[in-house]
Amino acid sequence: MIWTNLVIQGILVGGFYALFACGLSLMFGVMRVINLAHGDMAVVAGYVAVMLTPHFHIPLLWSFLVVVPLFALVGYVLQRTLIQKSIDRDPFTTLLVTFGLSVVIENALLQLYTANAQTIAIGSILYKSWHPASIIYISYQSLVVLVVAVAVLASLQLFLSKTGTGRQIRAVADDQEAAQLSGTNYRHIFGVAAAISFATVALAGIAYGMTTQFAPTSGGINLLFAFEAVVIGGIGSLWGTLVGGIALGIAQQIGSHINPQYTLLGGNLLFLIVLAIRPQGLFGKKSSL
Amino acid sequence: MSDNLLVVENLTVHHGQLLAVDDVSFNVDRGEVFAMIGANGAGKSTLMRTIAGLQKLTSGSITFKGQDISAMPPHKRVDFGVSLVPEGRRLFASMTLEENLQVGEFKSNKGPFNINRIYELFPWMPDRRRQLAWQFSGGEQQAIALGRALVTNPELLLIDELSLGLAPIVIEKIYALIPEIVREGLSVMIVEQDVAQGVGVASRVHCLLEGRTSLTGVPGDLTSEAIERAYFGADLSGTKDHQ
Repeated sequence: MIWTNLVIQGILVGGFYALFACGLSLMFGVMRVINLAHGDMAVVAGYVAVMLTPHFHIPLLWSFLVVVPLFALVGYVLQRTLIQKSIDRDPFTTLLVTFGLSVVIENALLQLYTANAQTIAIGSILYKSWHPASIIYISYQSLVVLVVAVAVLASLQLFLSKTGTGRQIRAVADDQEAAQLSGTNYRHIFGVAAAISFATVALAGIAYGMTTQFAPTSGGINLLFAFEAVVIGGIGSLWGTLVGGIALGIAQQIGSHINPQYTLLGGNLLFLIVLAIRPQGLFGKKSSL
Repeated sequence: MSDNLLVVENLTVHHGQLLAVDDVSFNVDRGEVFAMIGANGAGKSTLMRTIAGLQKLTSGSITFKGQDISAMPPHKRVDFGVSLVPEGRRLFASMTLEENLQVGEFKSNKGPFNINRIYELFPWMPDRRRQLAWQFSGGEQQAIALGRALVTNPELLLIDELSLGLAPIVIEKIYALIPEIVREGLSVMIVEQDVAQGVGVASRVHCLLEGRTSLTGVPGDLTSEAIERAYFGADLSGTKDHQ
């Protein structure tokens, strides 16, 4: 029963990791950019939800209706300006630029909102949990996040395989020059990919804020989890990212069961084992390395 | 003047520090098959990539339908009617045959070609349209690459090294389609290392040697000695005369 619970809790938290990680994976797959500010973007989304949505007179639970489209727009604009400029210089520049962005964001948030932790208090039935067996508690809120994550990944998968723009995104990821020769404006497609990435990370940031407290510097640890989920699952595979997130979640639960201090250790160990035995990830192709 | 679809004037292109194309001028007329021949490293592929917009030119100009397109990005040139079948085919490896064609069709111009028309040209395609691009043989991949370029409905189709790495019988089959493509009103410019193929299908031939024009003319007027000398350079055919 203890082990069943560990697996269930791992799956619940794994859905959140996948939601967090899919945008990171998409940006790397399409424009070979590792967005080191990805985690900070989620934190910004949390702050925007807490600070901005009251002005729109809508309940916090529905803040994503404002924040997600806003972040898609920010992602597109940021990609077409700052990030594209750094891609045009050389790939290493994108690391420096996104790292710089991360530092600027953290300090700007500290300046504006102090280091005090915030939370997105939705105060509703979602804080209750379902109690199907003696020691198993399934929080409704984690369950909702898992369902949202699966729904987001499924729609993203559908979008990439069934729409013209989705196929253009995959074409650019496969061969940027050949995509241009087929009439694709790769800079615009880069922008669309960034918009999706930012929209999903905004959703993840709001989910994070509802689950726990966040502060200006919370981005780093979440970026680490997202990285680990992507690497475990394999780059370029959306379902791989979900499985990677769930595997990471279960490993962390097992770690914390042995000793609460070992939560991160469990995940990091799984990450290292996968890197050593199967560096392309569980669902990744060798060629995509 | 109105017959000139593509006019290339004094084109010079550098590949990094290397001078790849040196002061080359030529034009492609409407409805013709223009063959650019030359040995490996003569600058043919660089020239094609420059016309398609993948490579920046150093000096000179490229005029298409009377408009200077030298600074136009590649996807705009596709909209404007220039499409390149790149060297090495460059299919989207993680996508199916049909998806490869769909990417070409998504932003296509109006014209005679669509996916169904490509399926008529290559009757083996419909049954295998859900297979991934990398699962096809070299010749089949070349056919898919040709189809992907055709569905954009270009006015000028550029084909780079169609015969590279393919069996002669496969090459012949694909070359047999070129007259049909021209009949639809397209102009074709091909780049070939295989001189016989290039000269056989073309209405005019242009030979490059180390980035410069070494010969230009109508196939019927050119002797094989003249082509050989232009292809390899004067020195090499000179030593051959002594043997």
